[in-house]
Amino acid sequence: MSKTKQTSSKKLPMLRKAPSGIPGLDQITMGGLPAGRPTLVCGAAGCGKTLFSLEFIIRGAMNYNEPGVFVAFEEKADELATNVASLGFDLAALQAGNKIKIDHIHIDRSEIEETGEYDLEGLFIRLNYAIDAIGAKRVVLDTVENLFAGLSNQAILRSELRRLFQWLKNKGVTTVITGERGENTLTKQGLEEYVSDCVILLDHRVTGEISTRRLRIVKYRGSLHGTNEYPFLIDEEGISVLPITSLVLNKPVSSGIVSTGIPALNNMLGKSGFFRGSSILVSGTAGTGKTSVAASFAYQACKNNERCLFFAFEESPQQIIRNMKSIGINFDPYIKKNTLRFYASRPTIYGLEMHLLAINKAIRKFKPSLVIMDPISNFVTIGNFSEVRAMLVRLIDFLQQEQVTVMFTALSINIGINEQTDDGVSSLVDAWILLKDIEMNGERNKGLYIIKSRGMDHSKQIREFIISSKGINIVDVYFGPDGILTGSAREAHMLQEKQMRTKTAKK
Amino acid sequence: MKQEKYELRLYVAGKTPKSIMALKNLRDYCEEHLEGQYSIEVIDLLQNPQLAEGDQILAVPTLVRKVPEPVRKIIGDLSNKEKVLVGLDIRVKQE
Repeated sequence: MSKTKQTSSKKLPMLRKAPSGIPGLDQITMGGLPAGRPTLVCGAAGCGKTLFSLEFIIRGAMNYNEPGVFVAFEEKADELATNVASLGFDLAALQAGNKIKIDHIHIDRSEIEETGEYDLEGLFIRLNYAIDAIGAKRVVLDTVENLFAGLSNQAILRSELRRLFQWLKNKGVTTVITGERGENTLTKQGLEEYVSDCVILLDHRVTGEISTRRLRIVKYRGSLHGTNEYPFLIDEEGISVLPITSLVLNKPVSSGIVSTGIPALNNMLGKSGFFRGSSILVSGTAGTGKTSVAASFAYQACKNNERCLFFAFEESPQQIIRNMKSIGINFDPYIKKNTLRFYASRPTIYGLEMHLLAINKAIRKFKPSLVIMDPISNFVTIGNFSEVRAMLVRLIDFLQQEQVTVMFTALSINIGINEQTDDGVSSLVDAWILLKDIEMNGERNKGLYIIKSRGMDHSKQIREFIISSKGINIVDVYFGPDGILTGSAREAHMLQEKQMRTKTAKK
Repeated sequence: MKQEKYELRLYVAGKTPKSIMALKNLRDYCEEHLEGQYSIEVIDLLQNPQLAEGDQILAVPTLVRKVPEPVRKIIGDLSNKEKVLVGLDIRVKQE
């Protein structure tokens, strides 16, 4: 009786998980790999299997105090150490500290003769010895399939592998087994038959000359998991996976205001600026001053001692800094103070997903309160509109979650459709400033107007917008007999008015 | 011609039928063809697990010919006499 009472009040036993420590992966797997069970990581050559498993071991030892044994069938211990040294992991120190043990198993068919019955007890004994020597909680077998190249008796190998995985399970160690991808199967030797708890597939795909690495959890017994293909990035910090943020509309909002850095533009907005954490789009045709508007916004943030991250997808940071000096914006001191940072990359360097991942990472690292992206329309060169749009949706979603204000600039190529930016992000952004050319009397002037600004009143007029060595200025509207006056027509009108005033004063 | 001595090592894991068989086979072959020119060292990995790494032992039983060089390995219960002799590079005297 008492027993049944106990069990009913107890929580149901849940699958324990061993966090991988790989950013993003633990979110997709809802906590990590199945603890005490084997996980198969498979993929074609060069997809990052060894790095994945090494990171699992290293991060386990460093962050979760779980020592690990790495059984390398391919590379030697010192080769592995060199490979991860570029990621800032000191494998030698971890080995010296008995946190990690690397066991290199070398099989050379040329020096092995087989006769009669045998088993792989030697491998078991070695593994057992290594595990017990450091009290390992994690084990990696990279790549166990090499056994098939070294030994010819398939029947023995298969039954021994089955026994090995069962043995590892009984031993209670979390194991990662890597396997090369086969033609129609997940692994060449069908390892997925033996490892049935969790299978992760890594993929490296090239579409339209742009490569993207992707990760998918094929199965995960006893746990919920994300089922999508998630892009992942291998960079100087190892692997990071990007969980695609769901577009649930329950983000925190702020009613704080950030100044645009252009006093007259502030006046055009009902609350003298934009809401903090909102997204602002500045669109316009070529040469209308989109980058200048974005730069003034960034400059204002810098002056307020707020961190600003400037993503440049078109010009190099040096170019932007030089060009902005001509309108009285000097970024140099703020770069030195580390208030402003530029992040420049060519859109074509990698796919959209990778860009999104890289952008996310840069933002997480620098923790800015303002982000400028100049321009987003360049992304169209590497993806179609819907893909770019999907990426921007996720980016805006992420930024709003982090309460970061963002200003995008976008080039509208065709004047006929400039009310719709090419990226179709207009419905996602909170405020939209349109810059346009006004051609009149053989002159080309710049006009600015606010199409929308959610949550506040705003001026509905088209204002003339002047970029001079003192910065950006927006001139009050002048109405002449034929409507709005701009450029020299306005100046003539102003002069006329002045003369009139002096005349009346004299009288 | 100078006769080199054969240094043989047999790795086993406990007294399994396979290891007993392997040792018996090995002794028979050596007595027949290498009388007085060999030494056999039996290593039980259950007692000395740390020794498995040095000779890269995976399978048991494994017979390792340490001397003469190069190192040769024969895995299994050594039931195929011809293969063992070829593997150890023992020339059979034609009688």
